[in-house]
Amino acid sequence: MSDKKPCDQNVYRLTRRKALKGLAMGVGALALPASNASASVWESFFQQHFRELSKEQLQRVLARMEKEYSSSYGQPVTVKATPPIEGVKFGYGLDLSRCIGCRRCVYGCVSENNQSRDPQVQWIRVVRLNKEKGVDLDYAEHYYNPAQVPEPGHFYMPVQCQQCEKAPCTKVCPVQATWTENDGIVVVDYNWCIGCRYCMAACPYGARHFNWKKATVPKEELNPNTHYLGNRPRPVGVVEKCTFCIQRTREQPGRYPACAEACPVGARKFGNLLDPNSEIRYLIENKRVFILKEDLNTQPKFFYFYAT
Amino acid sequence: MKTRTRLGPGWAWVVLMVSGLMLAAPARAATEKYFDRSGRLVVVEKSAPELLRPYEMKKPVSEKTFPVAAPPFSEGIFPCSDCHADMTPNLKRRELVDEHTNIVLHHAEGQRWCLDCHNPDDRDKLRLVSGELIPFTESYRLCGQCHGDKFRDWKVGIHGKRTGFWNGDKEYLLCAHCHNPHDPSFKPLAPMPPPDRPGRASH
Repeated sequence: MSDKKPCDQNVYRLTRRKALKGLAMGVGALALPASNASASVWESFFQQHFRELSKEQLQRVLARMEKEYSSSYGQPVTVKATPPIEGVKFGYGLDLSRCIGCRRCVYGCVSENNQSRDPQVQWIRVVRLNKEKGVDLDYAEHYYNPAQVPEPGHFYMPVQCQQCEKAPCTKVCPVQATWTENDGIVVVDYNWCIGCRYCMAACPYGARHFNWKKATVPKEELNPNTHYLGNRPRPVGVVEKCTFCIQRTREQPGRYPACAEACPVGARKFGNLLDPNSEIRYLIENKRVFILKEDLNTQPKFFYFYAT
Repeated sequence: MKTRTRLGPGWAWVVLMVSGLMLAAPARAATEKYFDRSGRLVVVEKSAPELLRPYEMKKPVSEKTFPVAAPPFSEGIFPCSDCHADMTPNLKRRELVDEHTNIVLHHAEGQRWCLDCHNPDDRDKLRLVSGELIPFTESYRLCGQCHGDKFRDWKVGIHGKRTGFWNGDKEYLLCAHCHNPHDPSFKPLAPMPPPDRPGRASH
C-alpha cells in the first residue's frame, strides 16, 4: 500500500527540474544586454564573422559603427572595409644603416592608428642593439632614453608586425578571428576576437598587443579615417597589431604608412612586392637584406636592409 | 610544365602575337580587380572617370625631372641676385667676413670653397663641374657629381625620404632638406619618450 497522495492537477508543483530550468533562463536573460537594449548592442552581439558578412550586412555593420563612434567621439568617423587590390602584395623595408632610434615612427603610428594612450599600446618597438654584437637580441634594450640619439656604439632596430607569409599567430587562433588577406596583411576582426591571446604567445616578434581596457583615445586626437580591420576604436579584451596602415595603403592612390611618413631619416620603405619597379623590389635585389628570426620559417614580408 | 615544352615553338609564337596585339590596343580595359572578403577575385567594369588612377606596373622614373619640395632656403636669402646683381665677383679664395658669416664650411673644406658650387656670374644658379648652370631645385645633380651611389639610390627612392602615394605621385626631398650642404652630416635628435614599463602605467 503506497502512502503517496494522488497528484492534484490544478496545483502548480515546483519540481527540481522546473526550478533549474527557470534559474538557467533567468541567468541567461541577465547575461544578455537587455537593460541598455539599444539595437546596436544586440546587432554587435549577434554579428557574424567579417568574411561571412554579405554586402548588405557589411554595409549595415559599417553604418552602425560609424554612428556609434561618431556619437562617442563627437565628430564624423568613417569606417571603411576597402578590399585588397589585385596584383598587390605589400612589403616593407627598413634601413638599419640609417635608423637613429628617435621613435618618431612609434608616435606617428599611435596617432594614425588610434592606439590606446592609457594603458599604453604601441605597435612599434624600437630596440637598441650593440654594434659589436650585431643583431643579437640578447643585447636588446628598448627603454633607452638618452638626451640625443644615435648613441655611439649602438644601432637601432624598430620591430613591428612582420606580416609573415606563414604567420604563426593566425594558425593558433581558435575562432579564426585573425587571418592573412590577399595583399599579405595579417588582420584581426575585433568583433570576433575572444581575447584568448594565443596569437600573442605564438608571435615570435612580440608584435601583437592586448587591450586590457577599452582603448582611450582623446576625442581631439582621434583619426576619423578608419578601416574595419585596422584603426577603428578597439573594444576591451581584443588583440591588435600593425596593419601596414590598411586604411591608407589600400586606397588608389594610397598614401605611405604613417611610420614611413614620420621617419626623419627616410629609413622606411614601402611598396608592392609584385611590382618589379617598386622601391621594395629594388632594395631586395640590390641591397644587403635580412629578415628577423629567419630560422623560424615565418617568411616575413618585412625586410631589414643596409643601404650602405 | 611538361605539356608546355611539348607544345613547342608554335605556341610561343601565338602567345607573342596575342601579347603584341594587347600591347598595341590603344585603350586599357577599364576594370578594377580586387579580392572580396572570402578571397575570391572580383572584376568590376568601370568607366574611365570612375577609374581615377589605376595602378601602373610599369612606371619608369624619368631622368632629370624629379618632383621635389621647395629648397630649404634661410629666410629672405633667395634670390641671391637681390644683393649680388650689382656686385663684382671676387674670385679669390678667402674667408667671408662681411656676409654669410654663419656658414662654416665643413664639407671637404680643404678641397673646395663657395664658387665651386655657386655660380659667380648668375648667383641664382648652381654650377656643375661641366659648367652647366642648374637651378637650386635640381641641386641633387650637383651633389650627385661626387655622391653617385647615393644619387642612384635616391632616384629610386631608397636613399632619403619620399612622401606621397606608394602607388601614385611621389614627392622627393632634396639632399639639402636633410643635409646642410655646408655641413652635411645628419645631426643627432632628441628621442621621443620610451614606452611605459609594465606595471608603471597610471590607472
